[in-house]
Parts: sequence; C-alpha cells; structure tokens
Amino acid sequence: MTAISIKNITKRYGDFVAVDDVNLEIADGEFMVLVGPSGSGKSTLLRMIVGLEDISDGDLYFGDQRVNDRAPRDRDLAMVFQDYALYPHLTVYENIAFPLRLHKVAGDEVDRRVRSVADRLELAEFLDRKPANLSGGQRQRVAMGRAVIRDAHAFLFDEPLSNLDAKLRVQVRTQIARLQNQLGTTTVYVTHDQVEAMTLGDRVALLRRGVLQQVGTPRDLYKKPSNLFVAGFMGSPPMNLLPAEIHPDHLSSPFGDIPFDAAQLPASLAGKDVIIVGIRPEELTDASLLDTEQRGRGATLKGRIDVLEWLGNEQLAYLPFKAPDAIHQQLTDLQKELDSESDQTQLIVALPDASKAREGDEIELWLDPDDLHLFDPATTENLTLRQKPAS
Amino acid sequence: MRTSGRARIGIGVAAIAIVVWALAPVMWIVSLSFKQGDDIDNQQFWPTHWSVENYKTVFQTSLFTSALRNSLGISLITTVISVVLAMFAAYAVSRLDFPGKRWVLVSALAVSVFPAISIATPLFNLWRSIGLYDTWAGLIIPYLALTLPLAMWTLTSFFRQIPRDLELAAQVDGATTWQAFRRILVPLAAPGVFTTAILAFFVAWNDFVFGITLTSTDRARPVPAALAFFSGASQFQQPTAAIAAASVVVTIPVVVLVMLFQRRIVAGLTNGAVKG
Repeated sequence: MTAISIKNITKRYGDFVAVDDVNLEIADGEFMVLVGPSGSGKSTLLRMIVGLEDISDGDLYFGDQRVNDRAPRDRDLAMVFQDYALYPHLTVYENIAFPLRLHKVAGDEVDRRVRSVADRLELAEFLDRKPANLSGGQRQRVAMGRAVIRDAHAFLFDEPLSNLDAKLRVQVRTQIARLQNQLGTTTVYVTHDQVEAMTLGDRVALLRRGVLQQVGTPRDLYKKPSNLFVAGFMGSPPMNLLPAEIHPDHLSSPFGDIPFDAAQLPASLAGKDVIIVGIRPEELTDASLLDTEQRGRGATLKGRIDVLEWLGNEQLAYLPFKAPDAIHQQLTDLQKELDSESDQTQLIVALPDASKAREGDEIELWLDPDDLHLFDPATTENLTLRQKPAS
Repeated sequence: MRTSGRARIGIGVAAIAIVVWALAPVMWIVSLSFKQGDDIDNQQFWPTHWSVENYKTVFQTSLFTSALRNSLGISLITTVISVVLAMFAAYAVSRLDFPGKRWVLVSALAVSVFPAISIATPLFNLWRSIGLYDTWAGLIIPYLALTLPLAMWTLTSFFRQIPRDLELAAQVDGATTWQAFRRILVPLAAPGVFTTAILAFFVAWNDFVFGITLTSTDRARPVPAALAFFSGASQFQQPTAAIAAASVVVTIPVVVLVMLFQRRIVAGLTNGAVKG
C-alpha cells in the first residue's frame, strides 16, 4: 500500500499532447477516480502509472521513490483491464494464481490464497473452467481475483464495467466498493461514467483533453464545479446552463428575471452584458406547490413544458429555449464534448411526483438565487466560487 | 436452402470425376508398387499377383535408406530452426516498433517468390568452393531461405490476432518480456506454430531442385533426388516398380501429417491468406 504522487506529468505523441502537466496526490488507501469523456487522457495517465506508457515529462512517485524508469513488473501494481485480459489457455485457477507463479510462491501457499480469493469473489465452483466458458460478470470477477491475489501497492482499474450490461454494472460496482473498503488498498479507477465516479470515488479527478479540470470529493465537484465543463459533466440529467443578460439589479434569463446584485460580479466582467447561469434540475421546483411565504424568498421563472417524463419518484420536464447565437454555439460545443448528441438548448427540471403540471402547460418554477452558479462565458470559470471563498 | 435433386446429381458426378482425375495416378503408383517381375508390363491396372517384394527391395537398398535418413534429418532440422527463428521475427514484427519493420516482411515475400532454379547453379559453384557441397548444411541453408518467409508470414498473422493486452497484463502481473512471450504468447500461438512447422517440413521434404543440384553422394542426397538414381533389385530389370514403392514410402509421412492436422492446416492457411 502506497501513496502515489503525480508531479507535472505530461505525455506527448509527436505533436499531440495526450496528458498535459497533471498534478495529483493520491493518498495511501484512497479510492481515486479519473473521469472524463473519451480522449481526455485518463487511460493514458493510468497506463503511465502502471508503466505501460513512458512518461514524456514529469515525475511519478510511489511513497518517496521515483518510479518513472521502473518496468511494470517492478512497480508491484495490480491492474484490471477493460477487456479483462484473461489468459484464454489457462483455467480460472491458474489465471488467478498467475502473479503468484511468477513470484515463485510455494504450491500450497498458492492453493490457499487462490481458494480464499475465489471464495470471496464467489468463483469457487468455476476454478477448473477456462475463461471462454464464463459469463461476462464471472470473467470480470476473475480479473479482479488476479488483481487482489497478491498484496500489490495499488489497484488500477481501466473502465472495468464498460463491457457489462447495466444491471450487472451496478452489482459489480458495489462489489468493487466493498472489496476496496475491506482491503484498504490505494485504488486508481478510470471511467467515462460520472455515476461510477460519484458512487465509487473518495475523490474524483476530472480531465478534459489531457488537462486536469478539478480534483475533489464527488460532492465538491457536484456542488462547486470549478468551470462550465465540470458543471456539465457531473450529474445526470446535467446542470442547466442558461444565458442571462446582466442588469444592475437582476439577471434576465430566457425564462424570466432573477434578482441579482451586479456589484457582486468581479471586475473582469465589467462591460460584458451576458453571463451563463447554471441551475441543477433539482434546484428548480413547481412554484404552485410552495406556500406564498417561501415563494417570496426566491425567484420565479416561467416557461412552457415541451416534454414530460415520469420516472416514478419524480418527473423530468423539458423546456426548450433560444439562446443568443454566440452562447448557443458555445453551449452546443460543450454538449458535443460531453458526448451528448442533442444540439437543442433546453431547461431540464426535476419536478416532484406531486406536481400536477402537464405537457404543453405553462409552468412557474421557483428557485433559490443562492443555489445559482454563475459562469464567465469567456473563461468558463465559475464566478460563484470566487465570491464565496468560505468553503 | 436445399439444392434440387438434379443439381445434387450433377455435383456428385463432377466430384467423382475430379477425385478420379486426382487420385488415379496415385492409385496407379500404389498398384505398380505391388506388382512383381513381368507383371509391370501386364497392361492391367491391378497386379495379377500382389507382392511386397518391391518394398523389401527398397528398404534393402542403401541408396534409399540413406536418402530417407538424409531427408528426415535435413527436413526436421530445417523445420526446427526455421520455426524458432520465424517466431522471434514474427514477434518483433507484430509487437515491437523499429525502423524498416515493413521491409522485413516485404523482403521476406520477395525472397519467397524468387524462382529456386535460378539460384541453384550459383549455389552449386559457391558451395563447391567453400566446401558445403554434398553436406546436410549445404541443403539446410537454402531450405531455410525457402521456409523462413513462409513461416514468418504465417506466424506474424497469428501473433497479430492475439490481443496485446494479454502480454501487458502479464507484465503488470510481474512477468518479464521473455516470460510473457513464453508463457502467454507462445502457448496461444501454438496452433499457428504447429501449422507453420508442418508447412515448413513439407517444403523441405518435397524439394527436388536443390536436392539434385547440391548433392552427389549418399552423404546428403534426399529422397526426391535419390529416386532418380534408383536401379531396382537387379541391373537387368527396369526399376519402375521399385521406384513406385519408394514413392509410396516417402508420400506416407506427408499424407499422415495432413490427415492428422488438416483442420489446423486449413485454419492456418486461411489465416495467412486473409490477415497476412
């Protein structure tokens, strides 16, 4: 078990920079999730940690030892590959035992440890089978077994759930979390799925085009996204991003005015007239369900519901809006980068099941102006964090 | 979809015709090898009296037994060297990145399409002056030139099919590159190695051009060349039947190998064809 320090690590392929000057401290026993859309450099970073990719620049430390030049076998890490990389010609037993065989562990010790790992992962009855005769979930568990059999410094997971169906994914996710809790081994986990990142990680590091955007607890990333990209990536449905004109005492959004003191804005925004307002779908609610006193404490927006999806515990309302061309372009570009297809700008609201709103209805939506996130359209930076540094 | 009765009859007739066309000469040689004395000229397909006399003669002739020994030895040594070398070359081509990598395969292909007969005479002169003429090594070297390109191409396509992640996983598990090669890649490529070995063996075993030009005595002369010098039981007899018996004897190992491993060979050949 080891702490892993990533200091100014860069990976270049010719002129292309895959990982750009990333700094990250992973504490001993911590579960760190590297997350980002495809092409963000998260897998490359993982492969540099494990030693399958050379580090172009920067230093990698395990504890206080620099390991840049160590071969993968000398780094003593255990990795679960996306396609599991089980050895097809070996039985499940020999697959799990393989790392021990390489380290010349005695036969009866191997047997004891393989059986204990197999019991823990519910693989005992499959030990004599070849990987080809296992289901996807079982193969995944064999890959985990092979990783946990020796006391490696750290576990590395490279999108281990992406080949499983949705239901199994949830089960295995819990299993991974439980395993890591029991073993307390430092873990680095790569995924493109923000739900996995939020549920598994002690901390989450979000990458975009090789650049680290934000590191923090899942709660930090969700509640205090440092920029538009983080705000759009974390959360499903994603945070609503609305263009709003700045007026001295209010912000005017496509759905109505929000009281706001423009004097709070930083000086860098002087002269700009548009700002991007971020509102989580659950921070908006049906105003008709609130009493007048509470309504008075917040702002009210108005819009027409285009589509309504009932999910049992809540309903998602979709309200399309038109944004000014420049902002529209910026928002759709962001959408594309977040692997989303939609090029329509719309407001998504999570309404309580009790709401009586119907498709096509005009609805009043209530929000607490304190929940707003304000983003600078030019730098995409979150301005709310800057005014409220007390966190 | 079912084929109609007529079409099936047509296909059947065509198949029989092709089989007869292909196998009749072989059957003739087999039948000839069991004929004795004047039976050879009896103008009938089958012998009037079946005899194994010719086989006895063949195995009593030192010309043939020494040739058989030469052929087996030379072919096996060629196969082993060629497969081992090709395995390393194929690993390098499929896994490592080095300048001129493409040229290794291209030049191997160029060598393999070179007509063998055109180098036979220069080799004859060269071998005589450096003392390789009429030796095992003198045949093994040109045979390696024939079999290596074939072996490299087949093995490269086999190695390329094996996911890279398996070796990477082995390395993370603590294996050296060599351990990953030996414990993961080679066992997984075993069918390919096998096919390659059989193909290489055939090439060496069936060669006539080098066998006849680069040897002069029992020391190294392989079977296909030796058959041409065959004289039968007595000098006053046409050795036709004895040659037929010898041909049958040298064909048997090839047929047995093909029968045993035909599936693998077909799989291996198509792999090479599609992926190479």
